[in-house]
Amino acid sequence: MAATTADLKQRLRRTERRRRLGSLGLFAPSVIFLLIFFALPIALMLYRAVQNPEVANTFPESMAAIQQWDGEGMPGEPIVAEFAQELRDARDERQLSAPGRRLDYEIAGYRGLLRATAFGLPDEEPEASWTETLIGIDPRWEETQYWQALKENASPFTLDYVLTALDLEWAEDGGLQWVSEHQAIYLDLYERTLWMAFVITLAALLLGYPIAFLMTNSSRRVQGILLVLVLLPFWTSLLVRTASWMVLLSRSGPINTLLVNLGLTDAPLELLYNRFGVYVGMIHILLPFMIMPLYAVMRGIPHSHMRAAASLGAPPLRAFRRVYLPQTMPGIAAGCLLVFILAIGFYITPALLGGNEDQMISYFIAYHTNETLNWGLAAALGVILLLMIFVLYAIFTRLTGTGRIQMGT
Amino acid sequence: MSVARNITLGLAATALGSMTLAGIAAAQDRDLTVVGWGGSYQDQQGIAYFEPFTEETGIPILEESFNGGLSNIMSMVETDSVVWDVVQLEDPELQRACQQGYLERLPWDEIGGRDDFIDGGSSECGAGTIVWSIVNAYNTDEVEGTPSGWDDFFNVEEFPGKRGLRRGAKFNLELALMADGVAPEDVYETLSTEEGVDRAFAKLDELKEHIQWWEAGAQPPEWVASGDVAMTTAYNGRIDKAQTEGQPVDIAWEGQIYAIDSWAIISGTSNKDEAVEFIKYVSEPENMSRLQQHIAYGPTKEAAFESVPEEMAPRLPTAPDNLEGALLNSTEFWVDNQERLDRRFNAWASQ
Repeated sequence: MAATTADLKQRLRRTERRRRLGSLGLFAPSVIFLLIFFALPIALMLYRAVQNPEVANTFPESMAAIQQWDGEGMPGEPIVAEFAQELRDARDERQLSAPGRRLDYEIAGYRGLLRATAFGLPDEEPEASWTETLIGIDPRWEETQYWQALKENASPFTLDYVLTALDLEWAEDGGLQWVSEHQAIYLDLYERTLWMAFVITLAALLLGYPIAFLMTNSSRRVQGILLVLVLLPFWTSLLVRTASWMVLLSRSGPINTLLVNLGLTDAPLELLYNRFGVYVGMIHILLPFMIMPLYAVMRGIPHSHMRAAASLGAPPLRAFRRVYLPQTMPGIAAGCLLVFILAIGFYITPALLGGNEDQMISYFIAYHTNETLNWGLAAALGVILLLMIFVLYAIFTRLTGTGRIQMGT
Repeated sequence: MSVARNITLGLAATALGSMTLAGIAAAQDRDLTVVGWGGSYQDQQGIAYFEPFTEETGIPILEESFNGGLSNIMSMVETDSVVWDVVQLEDPELQRACQQGYLERLPWDEIGGRDDFIDGGSSECGAGTIVWSIVNAYNTDEVEGTPSGWDDFFNVEEFPGKRGLRRGAKFNLELALMADGVAPEDVYETLSTEEGVDRAFAKLDELKEHIQWWEAGAQPPEWVASGDVAMTTAYNGRIDKAQTEGQPVDIAWEGQIYAIDSWAIISGTSNKDEAVEFIKYVSEPENMSRLQQHIAYGPTKEAAFESVPEEMAPRLPTAPDNLEGALLNSTEFWVDNQERLDRRFNAWASQ
């Protein structure tokens, strides 16, 4: 009898486990999808930001050897000989471009030096030493800095990209220092990105709140019309909406024509390719992300609350402030967070509507990905952007309370 | 559930399979892909070169366009996924890409030799196609009077309105120095010093708040014709085109910066024979000069000058009147300095 109970229990447990596995199996596709298309790329990006394979992979033997060099004068003949031969091999296999580009970040002109040297190297053992041969091809090889650059890049990992992304560089004495003002660019950009996202979020809240309120408190018919008016642009492609703003805001566009014809301004206003254009475009594009959470939360607030407040003697403004506003806080928090985080990563709208002074950090991530092909730096900029979002998210949830963020009722 | 899983697996396999198949198919029978600079210029190239070429040889052409630079080419070659064959490059980029092995060395015997080309019109990897220039283009309705030279371009008091400039260091540093009183023949010498570069940026600072940056060659003619900018740098041929179409634009030639663009073949292309055939075809003087019937860029072979229409000749960058005070863009300087100066330009421009 006891055996049967145990047996039964076991069978029950087995069925239970199978059922749990089954339901996990249902989750599996989305989990796998998230891992492959979300977690993996981010991990690769984090890795790319510190990865430094170009020099070490192209000259493996000599880079292993150069670690022994004390960094004074020139490395000894065996290391130089090894390096020269690996340089020749790299030339024959057309592998010079990657290390050339990497070393050019360290010292401008290094790429050319590497190339000229590689093509100047003799195919046999030279009569003089390899050291003299290299110096014979280009006297720059006598300078310690070129060898130091090699040594610094002999390790497969580097912090250089992350430092550059923070406008920092190594000082002579091995400490850190700010780069010169001609090169400093990214800190200002992060600050600008945050500030623009903040302005846009605030504007979207101020514009979106009354609209959401109106949507909740009007007749069913008006509600439907308002909803369509909010959702219709939301369903239109981002690019189309941005391009429409380019037409609307241009000097000869409808807005300027109207203003001039009405006599409100003498000359057309500059509305495009400046901060104003970017704000208009981004606020318009992001507004639905503010309205929808607000609307969802407001719909759950019974009308009786405001009436009760009024019947207890609160003037309308006070009733709104003390009774209604606190209840919409979850919607405000969700809307703000959504708009802010989306705004921080915006690329195409500022690129098309703004001037050079209005670009956000994404512009430079794209620039280094597509134009300079400095993917390490692009990744490092992305990593810092990601960290910024995490920090902001943490602050935000602390301020508003985690449980308060709510996308719907 | 197993049925569902089978279906999912089946779908995934089909999707993967068709993607791979599509990839292989694309790699195998990609048409000869010729990459130009878009806009009205490429339209004219289509009429003058691409269509007749396909008609005569039966080789179809797939057109693409880009805004210059080497990034596309470098990433294609490095990742071994070359989908362009023939590309039109500016000279500094051509030389850099050639040195670094991103371009095929041209089989000059097959193409017909380098002797007929003008000075600097042919090289190891490039066959010259046009002489073009960066000029000061202005809107004749917005601008009162006739501006001349780059100092008028920087003079926003006498000639109010926005200014268009090409994003990047190249051309802007040169014209800033010329506006600051440096003679064309001294421009590159001045730019070779740190003080010279500082001076150029300081001059650009004066204009900064009035600048609207362009990237695609099709942008400035549009902007200047609509009055969005009063003056802009632009590729001369496109402004000429807009002018002949009746747009209110004109060119101030003084201080034009002229250069040669070349056709080049991307390293490792699967269509090399067709690409060589194409370059051979467009380099024949009688074919080459067909472009000058349509747009005001100069040919790169002496023999082709003879068949340039009479009314077109004075509108080319190489017309004697236009060459006064002109600056030949230095390939050597930009091969050595472009990346460094572009970095500084970016930091400057985004502040």
